[in-house]
Amino acid sequence: MILIWLITILLASGVAAWMIARWSVLAARWIALVATLADFVITLVVWLRHYGQFSIVVQGNWLEQLDWAWIPRFGIHFHLALDGLSLLLLMLTFFLGIVSVLVSWTEIQHAEGFFHLNLLWVLAGITGVFLAVDLFLFYFAWELMLVPMYFLIAIWGHERRQYASVKFFIFTQLSGLLMLIAILALYFAHHAATGVYTFEYKQLLATPLSSSAAWWIMLGFFVAFAVKLPAVPVHTWLPDAHTEAPTAGSIVLAGLLLKTGAYGLLRFVVPLFPGAAHQFAPIAMILGVIGILYGGVLAFGQTDFKRLVAYTSVSHLGFVLLGIFAWNELALEGAVVTMIAHGISTGALFVIAGLLQDRMQTRDMGRMSGLWSTMPRLSGAGLFFALGSLGLPGLGDFVGEFLVLLGTYPVSRLLTILAAVGVLVATFYALRLVQRAFHGANVHEWKLPDLVKREALILAPMVVLLLWLGLYPLPVLNTFKPAMKSLQQYASRPMREAK
Amino acid sequence: MLELLFLVPVVPFASFLWLATAGSRTSRKAVAVVGVGSIAICTVISLLITWSYLASPPDGGAFTQVLWTWISVDGFTPQIAFYLDALSLIMMLVVSFVSFVIHLYSAEFMLEGEGYSRFFAYMNLFVASMITLLLANNLLLLYLGWEGVGLCSYLLIGFWYQDSANGRAAQKAFIVTRVGDTAFAIGLFLLFTHLGTLDIQALMQRAAQQWPVGSTLAIVASALLLGGAVGKSAQLPLQTWLPDAMAGPTPTSALIHAATMVTAGVYLIARTHVLFSLAPPTQFAVAVVGAATVLLAGCSALVQHDIKRILAYSTVSQIGYMFLALGVGAWTAAIFHFMTHAFFKALLFLVAGVVIQALHDEHDIFRMGGLRKDLPYAFWGFVIGGSALAGLPLITAGFYSKDLILWSAFSSTQGSTALWIAGLIGVLLTSLYIYRLIFLTFYGKKQIEVAHRPGWRIKIPIVTLSVLSLVGGFVNIPKALGNVPAFTDLLHSALPAVIERQASMITEGLSEGIAAIAFALGLGFAYLFFLHKRTLADILASNAIGRLIHRFWFADWGMDWLYDRLFIRPIIWFAQVDRNDFMDAFYAGVAGLNEFSWRALRETESGRLRWYAAGITAGTVVFLAIVLWT
Repeated sequence: MILIWLITILLASGVAAWMIARWSVLAARWIALVATLADFVITLVVWLRHYGQFSIVVQGNWLEQLDWAWIPRFGIHFHLALDGLSLLLLMLTFFLGIVSVLVSWTEIQHAEGFFHLNLLWVLAGITGVFLAVDLFLFYFAWELMLVPMYFLIAIWGHERRQYASVKFFIFTQLSGLLMLIAILALYFAHHAATGVYTFEYKQLLATPLSSSAAWWIMLGFFVAFAVKLPAVPVHTWLPDAHTEAPTAGSIVLAGLLLKTGAYGLLRFVVPLFPGAAHQFAPIAMILGVIGILYGGVLAFGQTDFKRLVAYTSVSHLGFVLLGIFAWNELALEGAVVTMIAHGISTGALFVIAGLLQDRMQTRDMGRMSGLWSTMPRLSGAGLFFALGSLGLPGLGDFVGEFLVLLGTYPVSRLLTILAAVGVLVATFYALRLVQRAFHGANVHEWKLPDLVKREALILAPMVVLLLWLGLYPLPVLNTFKPAMKSLQQYASRPMREAK
Repeated sequence: MLELLFLVPVVPFASFLWLATAGSRTSRKAVAVVGVGSIAICTVISLLITWSYLASPPDGGAFTQVLWTWISVDGFTPQIAFYLDALSLIMMLVVSFVSFVIHLYSAEFMLEGEGYSRFFAYMNLFVASMITLLLANNLLLLYLGWEGVGLCSYLLIGFWYQDSANGRAAQKAFIVTRVGDTAFAIGLFLLFTHLGTLDIQALMQRAAQQWPVGSTLAIVASALLLGGAVGKSAQLPLQTWLPDAMAGPTPTSALIHAATMVTAGVYLIARTHVLFSLAPPTQFAVAVVGAATVLLAGCSALVQHDIKRILAYSTVSQIGYMFLALGVGAWTAAIFHFMTHAFFKALLFLVAGVVIQALHDEHDIFRMGGLRKDLPYAFWGFVIGGSALAGLPLITAGFYSKDLILWSAFSSTQGSTALWIAGLIGVLLTSLYIYRLIFLTFYGKKQIEVAHRPGWRIKIPIVTLSVLSLVGGFVNIPKALGNVPAFTDLLHSALPAVIERQASMITEGLSEGIAAIAFALGLGFAYLFFLHKRTLADILASNAIGRLIHRFWFADWGMDWLYDRLFIRPIIWFAQVDRNDFMDAFYAGVAGLNEFSWRALRETESGRLRWYAAGITAGTVVFLAIVLWT
């Protein structure tokens, strides 16, 4: 039952915030804050309650679930389920949700009610994606994320918001349609083989498929998730969307929406089509490495603070793609840690970008330089998260990327070496960011206020979390380990055959 | 007492945290007390641990302290754990002690200008990272410390961030060392994949059991670690960052870019010596890299004008000696030279700082001169430190450590006459360039008036390090001079002894004698060219060949130029050309095509009846044609 609450709290608060904003904008903000906070606390409680049991969870058992018949004629269920993996991603979702509400506190100054409606509904959609184990419901939630996100960019975005939002919409909508076709194909294939119409994840796992059918259906899913991830060459919507979105939008995009792509690969692509995924793995891994290197070099060339950060996501998510398709325990767990750490470090960099834009009305690094002398605290925070992004040991990103590379090495030495060079490229862009924005002489003679209490309050937990992930990631690893084991088990049988 | 081990890195880290969060709102006095005090505590604990270790050595000469399990995935279980044996003990003691005197010096030296608390925060973080590096019981934790010191090096080179030249030097240092670190990281992947652990002791054991001497895996793995080591220790071909790193404050140069961090590569190789012993080709490469670096950097030091750059090239060259020692299997000699070098090179930088500060930030030794009387501490510091560096026989520490290396380069089974001769030429070069510096700075005509004289917090470190630069070598007296090898004996519980060749014509005593002659020759040439008759040097440097060599050496053998053309420019060029991502052009093309067809089709809706009629007719004809002819 607790799972439905997670979603309804967000949906209902969204509507409430929208209505109440006519009378009091502040009340709308508080409603959104309380809603995200409440969800975060709920997941935290679930985590603490189950924490001792993570290591003994029987393979494949959900921690919590809820299964209502929705349209029984077509085998559609309203089936939500939670395991360690989705639990952690949900905690990330609500944490970044709180951050998003807080950064919008002063930034969003028109149509505030509708803004919070959209923000909370995006979060609800993401929650649905991480929880749905009925493919129809999954698709439903997938589309639910899209529309409010479109509005967030199109209404509260920056200069080129129209272009960016339409581009975002077309990319995700088209790829989503491919996924819908793939889902339906799987649905009918399952019926053809077993005589049962169902969208239920666990039942579809056992669907016998001819290898060519598996290949094409897998590809349909893969493309949808690769666009979201994003993988090169379908990444070009990302820099525009991330750059033009309001700060909260960028945080949700980078921190969460991209993760739904990775989650889809983990939860559906490989377990549902292990043979095809195994065949496809070399291509996917090459795409991952191209993303790491190409995204890094692109980031290095940018002059717009936010656009630079946006391209770093292409690079970091390349590690996730690489890790998922290396498909061994080290690489997989590394991929998940990267997902979480990237959500925090990149989310924080977008917060910094927002704070700078708020103060300077520009994102152009050519107009920055020497900000340390006027805003030492903000600049120090910027430096810290840039270091997270370049994979400094002791911070979360390092653990993830190191595990991915360690797991990839036995699979492909060449790709590991190239990806390790990608870590070097990360040094280029991160140092360039620090140098151009914070170090150097204050040539434009900026006199700007340093972090205020609310802003420090947003950034401080992110610093702590990143350090925690970097120095003591064990509780996190233990939380999703059983989930990963069962995913590997689903995928293991045909993969052995393929070998 | 050994249980206090974890405090050695934790105390400076805690102090870093406090300085980073609250330091800017605290008085300078409090900052100095915390910043220097934490390192003092760290040193005292190190001393207590040393005492306890020597008084009652732990079983097997090693003590391990596990704090917590860091990561645990599929058999990969690195811990946050510290490992203390004779090697890490000596390194820890030297690092914490030298750090302490340099912190004390900084408390006065950095007093003017902004960023006092930021400076101590970075320096404390450096000490914490360096100690972590030294004490790490597994290579992943070592890597954490390794990257941590690299970060602090970057932050401190760029400490005066408002000058973008410093920022460039800082970025260069971070990126060049990270090139080496990438190789290091790949080495870790290889080691874990094939040996299943990153715990150093277990790793060495398994390597020795599973890999025969000369096996490809051992060679590749050790070569990758060597890649990391040459980056961090500024050896060929990655030495280019260190001279530029002198942009940082002088105490930073003394601590990080001379005494401690740059020797991390030496430590890494000594720590994993079993692996290197399994890979003779790599070990030979270590010796060759070392010998070549000794000579190349020595030549570059000879022609520099900037007092700190001379010392920087000298550091590169001296670490070359340590690599030479490692390469011939003289592990203890390398560590011995690390220790004496830490004393005299830190001393040289500290007194160079005094000179620079006294002369309004003047770095050019040709614009100095006659400072002997005005800056007696600096003068004597330079004489003692410089003599130790050059290896003045019998009474300086540098003599003992360098001669041990020279003798090993000859006598070890892995040594050779060529390596020995390279080392001897290095002695001549060293003595030549350092006395050139001393003569030009402290003798001759006074050119700039001294404006600033050091206080007690600067004098105490200078005196302390001067004493150590003199007596620090007595812990290990060679056979020919009395045979008291206390230092090497202690280290032999962690590092094997040199395997010597059959006796030959040259004995240890003779080798020492020849080294003394090389030293004297260097001193003599320096006297001749830079004190007695300056015009002689000008004559040498003024002909065409002389000028060419001078330029070439001055620019570090043109390697910066080469790297700039080969790597930096192409990457920057590509990044700038592709700023708008050529892949997006495809999607823009698709969008453009749609828009074009929309426009084209819209044109047909002209509202003119004739066009519509013609369209309908043409369409009918086409369809009829298709129907009829297919």
